[in-house]
Amino acid sequence: MSELTYVEELDTRPTGRWALLKEFWAYFSENRGAVIGLVFFVIIVIIAIFADAIAPHLPNQQYREAFLKPPFWQDGGSLTFPLGTDAVGRDMLSRLIHGARYSLFIGCVVVSGALGIGVILGLFAGFFRGKTDTMIMRLMDVILSFPSLLLALVLVAILGPSLINAMIAIAIIQQPHYVRLTRAAVMGEMSKDYVTAARVVGVRRVRLMFVTILPNCMAPLIVQAALSFSTAILDAAALGFLGMGAQPPTPEWGTMLADAREFILRAWWVVTLPGLAILLTVLAINLMGDGLRDALDPKLKRS
Amino acid sequence: MFTFVLKKLGVVIPTFLGVTLVAFTFIRMLPGDPVLLMAGERGMSEERHAELMAEYGFDRPILVQYGSYLNDLFHGDFGTSIITRKPVFEEFMTLFPATVELSVCAILLAVLFGLPAGMIAAVKRGSIFDHTVMTGALTGYSMPIFWWGLLLIIFFSGILGWTPVSGRMSLMYFFEPVTGFMLIDSLLSGQEGAFRSALSHLILPSIVLGTIPLAVIARQTRSAMLEVLSEDYVRTARAKGLSPARVIGLHTLRNALIPVITVIGLQVGVLFAGAILTETIFSWPGIGKWMVDSISRRDYSSVQGGLLLIAMIVMIVNLMVDLFYGLINPRIRHTE
Repeated sequence: MSELTYVEELDTRPTGRWALLKEFWAYFSENRGAVIGLVFFVIIVIIAIFADAIAPHLPNQQYREAFLKPPFWQDGGSLTFPLGTDAVGRDMLSRLIHGARYSLFIGCVVVSGALGIGVILGLFAGFFRGKTDTMIMRLMDVILSFPSLLLALVLVAILGPSLINAMIAIAIIQQPHYVRLTRAAVMGEMSKDYVTAARVVGVRRVRLMFVTILPNCMAPLIVQAALSFSTAILDAAALGFLGMGAQPPTPEWGTMLADAREFILRAWWVVTLPGLAILLTVLAINLMGDGLRDALDPKLKRS
Repeated sequence: MFTFVLKKLGVVIPTFLGVTLVAFTFIRMLPGDPVLLMAGERGMSEERHAELMAEYGFDRPILVQYGSYLNDLFHGDFGTSIITRKPVFEEFMTLFPATVELSVCAILLAVLFGLPAGMIAAVKRGSIFDHTVMTGALTGYSMPIFWWGLLLIIFFSGILGWTPVSGRMSLMYFFEPVTGFMLIDSLLSGQEGAFRSALSHLILPSIVLGTIPLAVIARQTRSAMLEVLSEDYVRTARAKGLSPARVIGLHTLRNALIPVITVIGLQVGVLFAGAILTETIFSWPGIGKWMVDSISRRDYSSVQGGLLLIAMIVMIVNLMVDLFYGLINPRIRHTE
């Protein structure tokens, strides 16, 4: 009598945290754009952290003898103000450097706010289903029916124009995406054996939701977080540009652009540079986001 | 198909009610008394205040207010502007064609360039063209469009002097609006140069507004094409010896277009959001600029009406896209 000798093929890939991280990096670093994005993003973070030390001048200091000085390579420019000055004689470079702080701060606050609320609502919707689910999802449908920037504008009109209120408004318009993603992921996990097993053992509901299920839903959320980080920066700059975000003299890039509008044909640098800063930052984050998606998406991963 | 339509409507109707509730709550959420707020810094007498409170019905119980608000909506009454004293719906409809004209041109540009770019990028995957298109698309997708508009103005209006900076039409021409679309009206007017003027006013705003949809469409077309190109039936078609043009044009493109069309439909919301910025930069007299102006003028009843009307348009277009998607793709209709 021979016994059945079939042994299920085991997945022998290492599973420790380090090994996972290494595997992730292997996929991520394959994408050249993503690595460039990451490097650029790290540079911006460093600039933002050490802004006080790097910036040659104070961001709001006005030099009365130097209105609308061009950058140093143009006639009339000097190295005292490497990227020129704005209409009230403030150093562009220093304002741009300090602006990096605001943009990263906006991105961090908006993403944590939207992610926090969105994940909790999505967990409840996906876990309890039924009436809770319907109510939460209809509410999200309502928010998504409005063009995002329009709803943000109206919310700021209610709350009053300021940077904090702009961030609240943007977090509110962004969180439906997290709710939808979390809900879908939770519903996918709920039918799996490990969840049933945990239930049978008698794991408490809250623990089941947050400790057992949630960590397995993180991949799409991380990708979404990267994408909404860049959207948050863009939307906050747009609100600042419309006068509904950060208020002058804050060196926020969008607000700087709003101030510069009237000099558009006279001093190209006051208009071009803040926008370029926004574009490059957002582009770096989006490049990283694409790389993250490719590295984390299990559908694309070759086993 | 009938049950599919019913199911979709079952979602849309409660959402619509929710949207009306948001628009209704908007004025009441503003800090302070809505009537005083509209008066601004000027303030007003006690009697006038009470009169206005009664006129707008703010003194009645909240549920009664909401009921009469809904009732007004069903009779086509979206409120009255406090500044111009004209019905909001009327103001909206006079400005709406300008936004539609701009949006249609923007989306046409986006499809005209995005679709072929995405297609060729997919077919020539990994080529220089592919890399260029994808880099360009990601840049477009990351673009702060209000800055992009300013750059184009600097270059084309400031340095080259080719295009006007703002508005829809040169002041040299005047004609009564027939359709509200400048391109058509200027042709109908028969005035020489009017059409050219309308076109030159339209070109920069269309490019600005079309940039993000263009990027999205190019990316979406590429990935949809790549997915379809790896399907078995495409391999079969190739194995049968069909010409590459036939395989790509007939077998691949038709199937790849389905998700792309949905994406195009879903750009309506994006276009409205973009119109707010584009119209502000180019002083384009459309809905987006009107909303921004209304907010800064504290004309909150116009904001309320406009918010609702825009949300309704977005919802209707999205519903049509959903239904169309169900119509051409039976798999969608029968699942869920």
